[in-house]
Amino acid sequence: MNKNVSPLPHLENAGMDAWLVRLFDAIDERNMGWITALVSACKQAFGELLVDIVPSYTTVLVQFDALQLDHAQARRLLQQVLRGLAPDLHADDDTAIIELPVWYHLSVGPELARLSQHTGLEIPALIKLHSQPVYRVFALGFAPGFAFMGTLPAQLELPRLTQPRAQVPAGSVAIAGRQTAAYPNASPGGWNLLGRTPTQLFDLQRPSLSLLQVGNKVRFVPITKAQFERLGGDSTPMAKEAY
Amino acid sequence: MQGLLTVIKPGPLSTLQDAGRVGVRHLGISQGGPADLQAWGWANWLLGNNWGSPTLEITLGGLTLVAEQRCHLALCGADMQPQVNGQPLTNNQAFTLAAGDELQLGMAKCGVRAYLAVAGGFIAKPVLGSVACVMRDQLGGHLGDGSKLAVGDTLAFASSAFSSSHVADFIPRRQLPVGALPHYEQAATLMMIPGAQFRFFDDLSLIQAFNQPWRVDPRSDRMGIRLQGPMLHCNIGSLISEGLTLGAVQVPPSGQPIILLNDRQTIGGYPRLGTLTPLACARLAQCQPGQKVRLGTCTASQAQAQYREFRATLKGSHAL
Repeated sequence: MNKNVSPLPHLENAGMDAWLVRLFDAIDERNMGWITALVSACKQAFGELLVDIVPSYTTVLVQFDALQLDHAQARRLLQQVLRGLAPDLHADDDTAIIELPVWYHLSVGPELARLSQHTGLEIPALIKLHSQPVYRVFALGFAPGFAFMGTLPAQLELPRLTQPRAQVPAGSVAIAGRQTAAYPNASPGGWNLLGRTPTQLFDLQRPSLSLLQVGNKVRFVPITKAQFERLGGDSTPMAKEAY
Repeated sequence: MQGLLTVIKPGPLSTLQDAGRVGVRHLGISQGGPADLQAWGWANWLLGNNWGSPTLEITLGGLTLVAEQRCHLALCGADMQPQVNGQPLTNNQAFTLAAGDELQLGMAKCGVRAYLAVAGGFIAKPVLGSVACVMRDQLGGHLGDGSKLAVGDTLAFASSAFSSSHVADFIPRRQLPVGALPHYEQAATLMMIPGAQFRFFDDLSLIQAFNQPWRVDPRSDRMGIRLQGPMLHCNIGSLISEGLTLGAVQVPPSGQPIILLNDRQTIGGYPRLGTLTPLACARLAQCQPGQKVRLGTCTASQAQAQYREFRATLKGSHAL
């Protein structure tokens, strides 16, 4: 059996009604223009026959209507799409940077202490490091509107908690490995918490539902507790046992 | 006009499920929908409901409901020794409750999940196009916020759906085709379409995976069902997270597969042996902890043919 990896991009069988398009083999911001272009091209090519499409760091999962389209037909359609694919140039426009205000504080971001110990840096320096870069949304998953963003400065790299928390409050801004994210809703979670954003990240009333979409650019903006509360943030400290 | 059923006892996990939430998985939102789409489909079929009509999914049993109005219902799936006002009822057929009648389900004797359909379907406000209850996402269900049933909750249905003489005429006569009657006590062979990482599993693992029995792990839920058995070894550890489909057979470093069901996360990074067919997922969802299953393989086009046949049978009225 040939165990060599096939050249990219290629199509992988993902079940009766789906193909996974593998475009890249590493996480890179430059992937995003191709990923978003492929998503639009698939929407166009499949039309009503597209059931769901899940972009991620290096791949796009395409699920089609199994009653109307054969697995092999879907493959041919995707091959056609790939032949004509050009990257989405707008994906790199620096026009739209979404700013997420964050109240960085030990009472809502208990791992600031751990990070300070780990790096030897004071908390203000950590806040500066986290809020300086423009991050890219690589993928949405785990929970509705949960955006995996990168790439975090190497200095801030910290492994996940050994024991995930049973409850992470909504809005919690967190890091794990070379990634950062904000929890749209209260949920269990094992990422390191640095602060909290008052911005509602997932809203059924918003036409796009999730504030953040794959390919978006994001910057975290430090705010005071007073500003956080004025923006509607819930400053209830983390329960002691949840630290 | 709406009719109502009131929840006297909810059981450990009873939720409203339609065909699931589609077109939103790129936002991290789960699909939801019935874990056993066969029993769910047949329960609706018995009442002449359209594909996708909202139905109760009752996990393990323990549900008691009282009818506030006359209604036509059908129960399929796990055998929970149903009773109406203390009189035994048979699964896989339609029945009528009069106002004040009480439907009682015991604990599942055979199978895990039962589906209770009402003529015309249960009514709930759709969230993102679906009433499928996904507790983890806090979306859908009878209240719209991902809640499971609780004592005192009410379930609404269209009362006009059972007043028509057409429905009243055909409902008592509809019978499940003999071939559609479930045999959950028998060992199941779950058909899987091999996936992209199949070739990265070592030969011994592949031989064992398809020639030794697996046992259903008690740590299983609507997100995924774990299997216990031979240790599978894959030559690649983990992948960059990518989209996951229903039935994905992911193999974490423990070597014990997890088969992803309706409430699965939308992306994940473990290597996958392949993808179970939708009907294999439905069958697996009825396996009790400790029950034996085997894995088999099939092609995507075989799986499609089988699925299309199932959908066509549900559409047909040949059994009338």
